[in-house]
Amino acid sequence: MSSPMLQAVDLQCERDDRILFRGLDFSIVPGTVTRVEGPNGAGKTTLLRILAGLNDHFSGELLWLGERWQSQREAFLRNLLYLGHRPGIKPLLTPLENLRALTAVRRPVSDQAMKQALDGTGLQGYYDVPCRNLSAGQQRRVALARLLIADEPLWLLDEPFTALDRHGVAGLEQLLLDHAASGGAAVVTTHHELDLPGMARITLGASPAGEAPS
Amino acid sequence: MTARQPGVALVTAQVGTASAMWTVVRRDLKSSFRQRQDLLNPLLFFFMVVTLFPLGVSPEVSFLQRSGSGILWVAALLATLLSLDHLFRHDFDDGTLEQMVLQPQPLFLLVLAKTLAHWLVTGLPLILLAPVLGIMLHLEGNSIAVLCLTLLIGTPVLSLIGAIGAALTLGLRAGGVLLSLLIIPLYIPVLIFGTGTVAAAADGTPVGGYLALMAAFLVLAITLAPFAAAAALRISLSNS
Repeated sequence: MSSPMLQAVDLQCERDDRILFRGLDFSIVPGTVTRVEGPNGAGKTTLLRILAGLNDHFSGELLWLGERWQSQREAFLRNLLYLGHRPGIKPLLTPLENLRALTAVRRPVSDQAMKQALDGTGLQGYYDVPCRNLSAGQQRRVALARLLIADEPLWLLDEPFTALDRHGVAGLEQLLLDHAASGGAAVVTTHHELDLPGMARITLGASPAGEAPS
Repeated sequence: MTARQPGVALVTAQVGTASAMWTVVRRDLKSSFRQRQDLLNPLLFFFMVVTLFPLGVSPEVSFLQRSGSGILWVAALLATLLSLDHLFRHDFDDGTLEQMVLQPQPLFLLVLAKTLAHWLVTGLPLILLAPVLGIMLHLEGNSIAVLCLTLLIGTPVLSLIGAIGAALTLGLRAGGVLLSLLIIPLYIPVLIFGTGTVAAAADGTPVGGYLALMAAFLVLAITLAPFAAAAALRISLSNS
């Protein structure tokens, strides 16, 4: 095994007086796609937010390349691409402007490359349409266009398959495989039947019976 | 795919903080100008409050001259307060805020950029409108000039302090009420010195000392408020 990119040691998270998971150990190794699975309310999104450093209500250690990531925040964040539930697409801006605002703070990307990325997600001709006029699936595609021009090796994707049609799902699966093949790592939460060759799994426990999923 | 053992292809190239801040400002300005009613709302409020005073209290020139600067300052303060809830709310709702926290640049500088954008679309228009309303309230030319100067120094302080409150109350449902309660006490010194400066100018005493004190407020707010707001944002996001 090559050395892990991201490592979780004895992770425990409690939310609303309920333990979501405890004693969770795993490594995210370059070249793999990892799927986080579990029923609704099992803490998949919470786990992903913890990995991204957005949520600090947890105990245990998170190691980036073998060191605590807090000590190397800038390097860690530069190498991380997190796509949340709400993907950071401003409804009033056009896909091109959204993409530019999201990528320009990480590295300079030419308009040409961004247009190609939008083409790659099937948004040709929608460059200048405000995102609020796009469908949910198309908005999701704007967010996913980021992956096509991403140079970050670690991807954390929260339900990226939501609202995508079959064609989009296949494209995204291929994209994940390509990313892994080129030495990147991806952690994905999804309810979609995702079964890629060589995929690792993190299974979170079922929520106690009778409890409403959060 | 698993047979090969590819090394980690880490990226180290960073985008400079200044250009990242510029990206934030530009995106916020663009977004605001496509939602014009949000822009007009504080301005309209400012205009209406100031016009209602002569109608509601007294249209006498002596009264308006005496209290005009206070009316304008209070109205500007409340108009700023009105617009604060939008500072982070939209970004919070559509996930842009998460992306901002995950940018490799120091968060407090990005918060400063956001606050600057907020001031450009709320504070600056108020200052531009103030002379017109000043004439309406029979303020003298000298007083109007000093008033605009105090607003120019004072409204950025209001935006900066407001950013702390807006960030703290982000995840709350009744955030608006709490925001006012948290922020108003911190606004009071700015208000007192703002109106005090104009009153001194009207009396013909030198205003240099007052203005220097207000500038000190501004420097203090620029250096400290972004740190507090950035920390508050992290807490709010962590709890969401």
